[in-house]
Amino acid sequence: MILIERFGVTIMTWKWFFKVIVDYWPMFLRGAGVTLLISIIGTVLGFAIGLIIGVIRTIPLSDNMVKRVILKIVNAILTVYVEVFRGTPMIVQAMVIYYGSLMLFNIDMDRMFAGVFIVSINTGAYMAEIVRGGIISIDKGQFEAAHAIGMNHIQTMLYVVLPQVIRNILPATGNEFVINIKDTSVLNVISVTELFFQTSSITGNVFRFFEPFLVACIIYLIMTLTVTRLLRWLEKKIDGPEHFNVIPGNQMQVARPEDLAKKAGQ
Amino acid sequence: MDNIIEVRHLSKWFGSNEILKDINFNVKKGEVVCIIGASGSGKSTLLRCINLLEKPSGGEIFYRGKNILSDKHDLQEYRTKMGMVFQQFNLFNNHNVLGNCTVGQIKVLGRKKEEAVETAMKYLKVVGMDQYINAKPSQLSGGQKQRVAIARALSMEPDVMLFDEPTSALDPEMVGEVLNVMKDLAKSGLTMLVVTHEMGFAAEVADRVVFMDKGVIAEEGTAREIFNNPKQERTREFLKRIIGN
Ligand SMILES: Nc1ncnc2c1ncn2[C@@H]1O[C@H](COP(=O)(O)OP(=O)(O)OP(=O)(O)O)[C@@H](O)[C@H]1O
Ligand SMILES: [Mg+2]
Repeated sequence: MILIERFGVTIMTWKWFFKVIVDYWPMFLRGAGVTLLISIIGTVLGFAIGLIIGVIRTIPLSDNMVKRVILKIVNAILTVYVEVFRGTPMIVQAMVIYYGSLMLFNIDMDRMFAGVFIVSINTGAYMAEIVRGGIISIDKGQFEAAHAIGMNHIQTMLYVVLPQVIRNILPATGNEFVINIKDTSVLNVISVTELFFQTSSITGNVFRFFEPFLVACIIYLIMTLTVTRLLRWLEKKIDGPEHFNVIPGNQMQVARPEDLAKKAGQ
Repeated sequence: MDNIIEVRHLSKWFGSNEILKDINFNVKKGEVVCIIGASGSGKSTLLRCINLLEKPSGGEIFYRGKNILSDKHDLQEYRTKMGMVFQQFNLFNNHNVLGNCTVGQIKVLGRKKEEAVETAMKYLKVVGMDQYINAKPSQLSGGQKQRVAIARALSMEPDVMLFDEPTSALDPEMVGEVLNVMKDLAKSGLTMLVVTHEMGFAAEVADRVVFMDKGVIAEEGTAREIFNNPKQERTREFLKRIIGN
């Protein structure tokens, strides 16, 4: 009896599962699109924010008093930013920023813009710490060699340190990206029409919860798995080929140290 | 002859330790000066003060008659005139061999890419690494890395080359290839300031040898004077210890 009942429920579920997909796929697709868009832009902007803050926070203190004071103030502000956004849940930040700007400044933010904004500055706070750790972990010799050939702080960062940092923090960035894909779902509290919000709307229409959210679950998984694979491919590409080619040259022209040593040994 | 570098009453403190005390010495154009001395005597610190990787605590350093410690001095430009070779090579890990030798020329000196590549190839040939331009630093042996590091410094076409124990981190069988490159450079008339434990090298190429002990220049003279006829008791002791091994 129970077995037959279970069997019936399963069949019902599958029927609904496909019906939801067939009837509502445009809504799912739009929701997934918004989720992906917000998390891509949010991750990229957050990454940029993190890099800029990381560079500022590693500027060596100047001897000039004025510059020193300015740098200290800027650093203090950045520390507050990082601590506040890392120390509070994004769902609460969304409410405070969206409704706060409405109440205090009378700005009616576009919901999509608000979503991108919140995800970006939230990611920026995390990335700032990741970048700072990445910069600190680069060997001191790299900085010294760059300074020794006449590079200033910005040049050292741009041409020597950050390329290495970016490579090293790529896995952490991918992690942030995956987190963003999942966590944009909290933006439904300010009615951003991302995947979770769309799925909720669908449940309102079909009066069933399990099947629509099962579909959403699968879509989230497809997105996160794709992103993970893509980033791994990017890492490989940045690393370049495992072997290098020796360029055969005209060795007769060149007195190579090996040759000199051989000559001296004879 | 003109002094390229003049060091006057240079002192350096790390916290409450005086690491360099009243250092005075000159480097003339085309001269090869070797700095020898026991570990911890301040040789590296002196070299690093000269290109301002360390900030001197007192005294003056003149480069072609100009005080480089004055506020008006352009630090970045001055450093392009001082080529530095480190004990640990410090090749840029994000660049291949060619990139290591061109990035400074392009970004700091503002040279065109083609010119930078041409210059880099010229010096990579000098050190015998022109066949390895596509290699990443992690794919090279220590001796190869150090030769690339020398080419990188030479590519900036500096006035003076500073070497801080360039062979100390190398396996014994690779020391020779680097020293041979440096001997060629010394004979080509390049101005060199070399911190080294390789007494044979110093004896062969140094115009002048400076012996440092506990943060002061204890003795200086020609290679022959220092190695064959040291005046100071502590120089004699140091040489006995080194050559005794
Ligand atoms: N950044 C620093 N902070 C504090 N002390 C330092 C620092 N750098 C060097 N010292 C100290 O200064 C002294 C001289 O160091 P330095 O590296 O110049 O010696 P060295 O003659 O080059 O020795 P070695 O032959 O071992 O390289 C040492 O006692 C060292 O501990
Ligand atoms: Mg040293």
